[in-house]
Amino acid sequence: MIVYALRRLLGLLPLLVVVLFLAFVFMRTAPGGPFDSERNLSPQIEEALRARYHLDEPVLKQFARYLGDLAHGDLGPSFRYRNRSVGEIIRETAPISLALGLLSIAFALVFGIAAGVVSAARANTGWDHLAMGAAMAGICIPNFVLGPLLVLVFALVLRILPPAGWGSPAHLILPAITLGALRAASIARLTRGSLLEALGEDAIRTARAKGLSERVVVLRHALKLAILPVVSYLGPATAATLSGSVVVERIFLVPGLGTFFVQSALNRDYTVAMGTVLFYSTLLMLLNLAVDLAYRTLDPRVELQ
Amino acid sequence: MTASVIAAGASSASWQAFRRHRAATAGAAALAVMLLFCLLWPLVSPHAYDAQDLTRQLEPPSPEHPCGTDLAGRDLLVRIAHGGRMSLLVGLVATLVSLLIGVTWGAIAGYAGGRLDHLMMRIVDLLYSLPFMFFVILLVTYFGRSLVLLFIALGAVQWLTMSRIVRGQVLSLKSQPFVEAARALGASSPAILFRHIVPNLLGPVIVYATLTVPSVMLEEAFLSFLGLGVSPPQTSWGLLTAEGAAAISILRTNWWLVVFPGAALSTTLFALNYLGDGLRDALDPRRARER
Repeated sequence: MIVYALRRLLGLLPLLVVVLFLAFVFMRTAPGGPFDSERNLSPQIEEALRARYHLDEPVLKQFARYLGDLAHGDLGPSFRYRNRSVGEIIRETAPISLALGLLSIAFALVFGIAAGVVSAARANTGWDHLAMGAAMAGICIPNFVLGPLLVLVFALVLRILPPAGWGSPAHLILPAITLGALRAASIARLTRGSLLEALGEDAIRTARAKGLSERVVVLRHALKLAILPVVSYLGPATAATLSGSVVVERIFLVPGLGTFFVQSALNRDYTVAMGTVLFYSTLLMLLNLAVDLAYRTLDPRVELQ
Repeated sequence: MTASVIAAGASSASWQAFRRHRAATAGAAALAVMLLFCLLWPLVSPHAYDAQDLTRQLEPPSPEHPCGTDLAGRDLLVRIAHGGRMSLLVGLVATLVSLLIGVTWGAIAGYAGGRLDHLMMRIVDLLYSLPFMFFVILLVTYFGRSLVLLFIALGAVQWLTMSRIVRGQVLSLKSQPFVEAARALGASSPAILFRHIVPNLLGPVIVYATLTVPSVMLEEAFLSFLGLGVSPPQTSWGLLTAEGAAAISILRTNWWLVVFPGAALSTTLFALNYLGDGLRDALDPRRARER
């Protein structure tokens, strides 16, 4: 198991380099440069700036230089935020995005599984329709609609939660719900489907025949079988949470990493954009690997290759 | 020919199954109403979608402006209809792009089998694990904002699941007698694949395409919300919602600017999702029996 995990971990490295290379080439060959918005920049000064940051070299050489610096843990300086390095920016903003993301996934898991279990155990009753209707609403009301609506209701009309900003636990609630709603809805639908399927299996018939109560049958035996698709959904779910956080951070003015990514790509702030790409891709690949390993541990039918 | 024979046998039963699915019929009706509204309202409305009236900024809903006016005094109702055209157009075209890539990729992988299949599906797995945001944002920064790019980028992101579904279907179809018969008659591999096998995939492909439209529309809205999608003076439901969200403040809620475009988008997504669910029940006998 450990050997397998290590081998998979090593396999991620070349993938990461490929991702970085593509992002690097895309960004460097795109029209425009990091100094476009500086006014009254004489050609000589811009030339000097470009030489200072090695932007005048061939792209491949620049990429090799970038990888070399990266190996020393140096992500370079930011072109836009002159007094901060990319490493500093990520260290300051990433924990905020991570806290928000984790909270939203926790919210999605708790509510999604609960709703899915209720609607599968009471299939085709009012409870089932209610839960699945709510799940459909979670899928059809996108986060950038849900976010402003929640702000309208809870911050502006009821005035019980802050409309935006960061700093206290109360600031976390609306962004986490906004970010987690879609995931909660998908998990609810997934749980209902696979739980219904699990309830039809022989093992469950045996458990029922033993005289176990319906609660034990559903929660102990069937849910254990049914949880696997939910686990494998967590990989894509975290990816979607990462991109969703860009919007949610903007709506609620959360000073996280997501805002930096979009802005830096548009500003041609190469080093910051590369840093965020590196951070997000690494995180995503590690999470996918973790989900994969968890899946293999949970399901004895899956063979390790 | 095989396709039409099978389709004819199944169609009347499918149609009845679909009709019985009340949510799906309601979805189809809602979608039709929304389509007609988006297509026709800009033609009959007394306001133009880009006609500014700076004396009437941010007015709440009134008989003259049923959905209120925006920051530039433009009538929101006609802007919602006009933006809906864009959202639906992007949804449809990008879905067609994803259909084209996904069906071709999945069909070839499933039909070829062996190492090619393994390689092609590994690539799909790999792409699944990459965050789509980076891809599209980098594309947009590279090419600048354009409608064609939006079609291709969103379609290129959405084909993965389609290719998996198609591959699975092809795997089970390619050992069927009618494929053997075609091969015995001397049909070439591409001919067997695209003339005989692919037409038989229509059911699951239609179902999944119906479910792809709402997710593409969501992504368009998402990009437009970030200012990376449709560019003004054109508009879309995502862009309208973004403008509405920006106009919310403690002093003035301006609720209509978020609520109406958001409602138009969500209603359409509801309709498409229920329609897709209904089609799945109608066209996939295995699932219908489970209900």
